[in-house]
Amino acid sequence: MLELQNISFVVEDNGVKREILKDINLTINERFVALTGPNGGGKSTLARVIAGIVTPTAGRILLDGEDITDKTITERARLGISFAFQQPVRFKGLTVRDLITLAAGREISVSEACAYLSEVGLCAREYIGREINASLSGGELKRIEIAMIMARGTKFSLFDEPEAGIDLWSFNNLIQVFEKMHQKLGGSIMIISHQERILNIADRVIVIADGRVRADGAREDILPELLSNHETCSVLTEKL
Amino acid sequence: MDKIEKNLLEQITDLHDVPQGAYNIRANGQLSGRATTENIDIVTKTDKPGIDIIIKPGTKNESVHIPVLISQTGLQDLVYNDFYIGEDADITIVAGCGIHNAGDDESRHDGIHSFHLAKGARLRYIEKHYGDGDGNGENVMNPTTVVELGEDAYMEMETTQIKGISSTVRVTKGKLGDGATLIVKEKIMTHGKQYAETDFTVDMDGVDCSANVMSRSVAKGNSKQVFRSRINGNNRCSGHTECDAIIMDDACVSAIPEVTANHLEAALIHEAAIGKIAGEQLIKLMTLGLTEQEAEEQIVSGFLK
Repeated sequence: MLELQNISFVVEDNGVKREILKDINLTINERFVALTGPNGGGKSTLARVIAGIVTPTAGRILLDGEDITDKTITERARLGISFAFQQPVRFKGLTVRDLITLAAGREISVSEACAYLSEVGLCAREYIGREINASLSGGELKRIEIAMIMARGTKFSLFDEPEAGIDLWSFNNLIQVFEKMHQKLGGSIMIISHQERILNIADRVIVIADGRVRADGAREDILPELLSNHETCSVLTEKL
Repeated sequence: MDKIEKNLLEQITDLHDVPQGAYNIRANGQLSGRATTENIDIVTKTDKPGIDIIIKPGTKNESVHIPVLISQTGLQDLVYNDFYIGEDADITIVAGCGIHNAGDDESRHDGIHSFHLAKGARLRYIEKHYGDGDGNGENVMNPTTVVELGEDAYMEMETTQIKGISSTVRVTKGKLGDGATLIVKEKIMTHGKQYAETDFTVDMDGVDCSANVMSRSVAKGNSKQVFRSRINGNNRCSGHTECDAIIMDDACVSAIPEVTANHLEAALIHEAAIGKIAGEQLIKLMTLGLTEQEAEEQIVSGFLK
């Protein structure tokens, strides 16, 4: 269970204070939790606060009752928090196998690596020796990022827009990956997404806008309202 | 060989004992062991220190090891080695120098290697430089490599210097004939107050020849590196030079690529990038449970793999 208590994050921009997160209170215990809301609303910052990359200016974070607010990224990772980046990082020289091995935290066999990679639609034979460099497309990197989270197998997994750029690979597969992950590991999976199909599998939907929790509840309650309040102009709506 | 020499040998050749096939081991400035084969002859020079290595035409799947080991502090060693690779031969040569300096004087090895590849010959040349020892004496290596590639000859040169060399100036010169290919892969890591300079000059004289010079390096501490690469396209040819460096602490790296086209059909590219380890790379590995230091080690060792 993850608890966020009165989380705020303020930055100073050219002497002007900007509140990115404003007094966020959440307790996450469900299987699938979707975090949605407009771009720039604070979702990614909240994810980075949970992973320990960003230190909140106020508030506490608890994982299974333990206060982890002052813990480092490494300590939180070891306590069971995984974080799939919105924009995966490239590494010259490190291979897909190296990263999956590091994620698993132990030597893994080719067949184990194959099990993770095939879940995200990649053939291990083709990919295991590839460098995580510019030769891989954004979509391939996203899938490898997801395979790494699977290899980690932690109790709290956080995905920042996992569907962005997964090109030829279908949404159904992605959703299956999340379902399998949950069957195997239990715990909670928190997904930042704008996609209706991903929101559709969530047990709970949280809307973050302007740094605050705008709406929070069961999917059945939040989703209809969210979809009817599409703030697009008529020209764009007609084309969608 | 004593324990120190065996360790140096392992560091530069990955071998635990004398190699298979042809070899010439030079220890503390003296010949310590030699073996030749039906196709590979090794002859001591009479006019200056060094050896001639002569590979018969058509020799396939054979290797030559020519390690140099120095464990005597203050030894200044200079050798001239000439390699003659016969037509259509296809072989591997493993060279390298290991210095163990437990004293206070400078130990130094300067190897001047000349390669002559006949028509259609193929060579993989691997060279590792390594130094250790607990003394204050410096370990210095200044290798010079001169390469002449005949028609359709192919040479791949891999040089590695990871540890323990206080100062090095590496000079490599290449002259390429028609259809010849030269590939150079260099890996360097410097630390402390070390200095490493590499200087490549490739003259692409033959029609349809190609050259690719790639350097990856990591500079730590107060070390300094200079990478200079000159590629001259004197005919219809393609040339590429690339320097990719990670800089850490208070180190300094200069990359000076220079490409010159003296022919309309010469296609030449140079790339150079120097930068510190990206923060996002460290963060990504930390979210996998690595400490910042472990993440840094993984990134550096992957980069130099």
